[in-house]
Amino acid sequence: MSHDENLARHAALSPFAVAGRLAVIGGVLFISALAFAYAGGWLTPDRLTPTRMVAALSDRGGNPLGHRRNHSKGICFTGVFDANGAASQYSVAPMLVAGCYPVIGRFAIAVGNPDAADIMGRVKSMAVRIVSPDGQEWRSGMNNSPVFVVSNPRDFYELTLAQDIDPATGKPDPRAVKRFFATHPASAPFAEWSQTAPWTASWADQPYNSLDAFRFIGAGGATHLVRWSMEPTLSPTPVPHAALASMGTDFLEHDLVSRLANGTLTWRLVVTFAEPGDPSNDATKAWPSDRKRVDVGTLSVQKAEAEADGPCRDFNYDPTILPTGIAVSDDPLLAARSAAYARSFDLRTAEVADYPYTPRPAADRP
Amino acid sequence: MRVERDRFSGLQQVLHWLMAIMVLAMLFIGVSMVSTLKPHFLTLISIHKPLGISILVLAVLRLGVRMALGAPPLPADLPRTQAMAAKLSHVVLYALLIAMPLIGWGMLSAGGYPIVLYGSFHLPEYLPHNDELHSILRTTHTVLAYVFFATILLHVAAALFHALIRRDGVFRAMAGIGPREAVTIGR
Repeated sequence: MSHDENLARHAALSPFAVAGRLAVIGGVLFISALAFAYAGGWLTPDRLTPTRMVAALSDRGGNPLGHRRNHSKGICFTGVFDANGAASQYSVAPMLVAGCYPVIGRFAIAVGNPDAADIMGRVKSMAVRIVSPDGQEWRSGMNNSPVFVVSNPRDFYELTLAQDIDPATGKPDPRAVKRFFATHPASAPFAEWSQTAPWTASWADQPYNSLDAFRFIGAGGATHLVRWSMEPTLSPTPVPHAALASMGTDFLEHDLVSRLANGTLTWRLVVTFAEPGDPSNDATKAWPSDRKRVDVGTLSVQKAEAEADGPCRDFNYDPTILPTGIAVSDDPLLAARSAAYARSFDLRTAEVADYPYTPRPAADRP
Repeated sequence: MRVERDRFSGLQQVLHWLMAIMVLAMLFIGVSMVSTLKPHFLTLISIHKPLGISILVLAVLRLGVRMALGAPPLPADLPRTQAMAAKLSHVVLYALLIAMPLIGWGMLSAGGYPIVLYGSFHLPEYLPHNDELHSILRTTHTVLAYVFFATILLHVAAALFHALIRRDGVFRAMAGIGPREAVTIGR
């Protein structure tokens, strides 16, 4: 087609036709932008996003800038996981093959204030990152409660809001959490544990439970619904609750360091296998106590280091970071944890100035 | 007067439309997954990583093909500003096609995450594990995603302008529809 013909074809479009076609183009752009905005949640302000969840978690007192927005107070540890090979018939995970694998972990309490008195944390936690020689990772965040407090992210958000600081008083509304438990019967098993389990003054004597269910996948592709627990090899030493308040802000950290000065602390990793009918998607419900339990190895915690410069500081203990042979279940908390932990990690890595690494004297440097 | 190829090669057209679908899927997956706590978060992110690396591989391939085969010339009567905007937008799109996956990969490296593509297959970390680096790359990844989407909207608007208003063969050069005739260009 010649240039002149081209012009002639342009001329053939009436002004109305041009306007109509421009409108079509505008419509395509508008609908595309609208679809993108919908996907991003801008048209649905009620959507529970990681940003909203983590904002609620960040408002429970103290200054969490630079820190994890939950389980904010904690300490790093390093050690090894010695797998005994007993899990290999159920899962092809490389760190369940008999052998010894390095671990970077963290003990914490489930609060939002990084300066809280750790001894007062009702929920204690252990996070681990176990690495296999082929570079695969198994990250797990576990709590000492036998069940989780809620089964879904929406309820967790409501519970978090109930713990948030009331700007009028500068404190959380003490009735709000009571109201939450009164209106959420699914949280009763957790509440009962919280009210009746003995308090102890150590991370070392507590069990740590995966709470969420996962799937073990064996060599033939067979899957098994499981939960796991780190079982302490020390028996718990109960301490009256009234005695805790006077024990100091960093009691658990000092306790851990002094215990490790006298030797390694160990936990047995025990995997519990579900029977048909056991819930895979409800972490508020314990499985019956007669379920098959297999001891699959030993975690040895060898050294503790303050978080500010510790090896756990810059890891996100996202429980969906799993090796082949272990997969998530349909528990809705797992995706929510992954998404919210990522948001918390993105925030705190941008806030290094608020939580500086400790400058080391030149003589200390290698 | 000289007669030139009026269309992109078949390979270039296939790469263009395949990658158009992949990149749009990628942007929608990205903006969806960072705004949800629901179980599809895990599905979306498990697609996002291997899809991004696939785009990186195809983008490098496509850039090589483009440098080898070139592109049909723009109509001679296209105003200079529009011709420059076209060239610039193509440079931006190529840059984003290559930069976005690299930034995503680098951001996971700096964040200390394993970069799992499928099963036990994972990519090496190509940057050190470092908070500041993670933070810069994480922010850049988000900002460039919006830039990418906006650039694609402009690209679509320009393509439709050529197809519906100017009807000058530019859209047909990539769309592969319409009569296969040589366009006379140049003077």
